[in-house]
Amino acid sequence: MPLIKIRDLHFYRGDRAIFEGVNIDIYRGKITAIMGPSGTGKTTLLRLIGGQLRPDRGTIEVDGQDVHKLSRSELYELRKRMGMLFQSGALLTDIPVFDNVAFPLREHTDLPESMIHDLVLMKLQAVGLRGARDLMPSELSGGMARRVALARAVTLDPMMVMYDEPFTGQDPISMGTLVNLIHKMNDAMDLTSIVVSHDVTETAEIADVIYLLSEGKVIEKGSPVQLKRSSSQWVQQFMQGLPDGPVPFHYSNVSLADDLFAQEESA
Amino acid sequence: MIETIRSLGRWGLGTFERLGRGHLFLFRTLAGVPEIFLRLSLLVHQLFSVGVLSVFLILISGLFVGMVLGLQGYNTLVDFGAEESLGVLVSLSLVRELGPVVSALLFAGRAGSALTAEIGLMKSTEQLSGMEMMAVDPIHRVIAPRFLAGLISMPLLAALFSAVGIFGGFLVGHGLLGVDDGAFWSQMQVKTDWYDDVLNGVIKSIVFGFVVTWIALFEGYDATPTSEGVGRATTRTVVHSAFAILGLDFVLTALMFGEG
Ligand SMILES: Nc1ncnc2c1ncn2[C@@H]1O[C@H](COP(=O)(O)OP(=O)(O)OP(=O)(O)O)[C@@H](O)[C@H]1O
Ligand SMILES: [Mg+2]
Repeated sequence: MPLIKIRDLHFYRGDRAIFEGVNIDIYRGKITAIMGPSGTGKTTLLRLIGGQLRPDRGTIEVDGQDVHKLSRSELYELRKRMGMLFQSGALLTDIPVFDNVAFPLREHTDLPESMIHDLVLMKLQAVGLRGARDLMPSELSGGMARRVALARAVTLDPMMVMYDEPFTGQDPISMGTLVNLIHKMNDAMDLTSIVVSHDVTETAEIADVIYLLSEGKVIEKGSPVQLKRSSSQWVQQFMQGLPDGPVPFHYSNVSLADDLFAQEESA
Repeated sequence: MIETIRSLGRWGLGTFERLGRGHLFLFRTLAGVPEIFLRLSLLVHQLFSVGVLSVFLILISGLFVGMVLGLQGYNTLVDFGAEESLGVLVSLSLVRELGPVVSALLFAGRAGSALTAEIGLMKSTEQLSGMEMMAVDPIHRVIAPRFLAGLISMPLLAALFSAVGIFGGFLVGHGLLGVDDGAFWSQMQVKTDWYDDVLNGVIKSIVFGFVVTWIALFEGYDATPTSEGVGRATTRTVVHSAFAILGLDFVLTALMFGEG
């Protein structure tokens, strides 16, 4: 039985459909990648899973519980077992790196300060930022902030982690380290990982299953190898990053010619 | 025409919806207040940034307001040969009205706008949402301690304002204009009533503290999460607080001193 079961998910922003009938299964212990063009709603999907947004139709079950039928306190209990790495990092800007990583432990456990100290340093060591523990978030680069956020996302040893674009803004070395880290943590900590990313090569390296989303639908799913062999032009274009093909680069719009023409007319 | 009516309707609905959200927000904040007593460090931290950092502004303003009262009061009273009553005039004006009202206006400008900007920025940088995902309720963790700090600070700041103001009035009255210091203080003590004047002033400042902090926190929490949105929310905090303070002051004054 999958850890996360998404059925017939519909979600709208105003009149605009973000999801129209999405079904996704995320299996325990696996790394599932969610990929798709910018603006398709990958972040939105993670927020729906985390219960911060409500679907207009359909259900999302996490560990057998319908996320959107839970009471507030039940939802908070569930979230303690979900780690989330925000696209922006979302670090608390008024406290240093160390306290940021310690935050979930201090809020949810009664561990003595000495143990918190050790746990936090271990997590920071794993992301290569033990030396940055006394810096304030404003003193970190974007890539460093995301690694701190990653350390924070796993401090409570959750059952699953959702990574929103973990690789953006990383240099090749930390990128490689992060890819490894996500892979290793998934195995060593018995995690279930959901990785949202644009980096096809890196993601294909570690993902067990990839879901490709576009225009509110799941376009294709399968292992990286299956996707690379897919006969669909769309999938080929996305996986190889070709500029020409069926994937639209533009936010849905009237054609450029019409737009230019319309302006000339009104001028 | 139809369009005007329609936009009027939209504006009305929008306003009522915001009012509703504001009240729900208040209830959730109040529900989070008891928890703070288990974690006093959160409160102490906020008392410092909300209250203590406003003290300097309050002291300086209070002193000048008191000095001006001393000058103006003397010029009026001396025509009736009643300059000995200067102490009463200064203390009653401050304790009943100017202390609570002016310090609340200053508080809204200094601490209120800072609170809105801080919360609004936390929202726009996803810190509030991040907390939610870490199963920490931002209303309990972030909003409630600030609310309580505002509630506690306001009456204390108003008291400071009045105290310094009276001293300022005395400086001008006695030091500059030569009013007898014994008369200044004794008349003031006789004519300023503990319940009718001081306590009512304190009640006013508690009400103002409640309203200003509520407005400031809600504006931040409800701000559009962009730099422009946070800027507008900050302005709204100051404007709405000023309206609320002056409007409520009239109502409270009518209730308290209406018959007397
Ligand atoms: N608060 C919001 N209000 C209205 N529309 C929104 C809001 N947030 C996102 N959207 C819309 O929802 C769509 C999906 O946004 P989302 O952030 O989930 O995209 P994404 O797939 O994560 O993109 P990216 O890869 O660039 O991060 C976007 O087209 C955006 O216009
Ligand atoms: Mg995104």
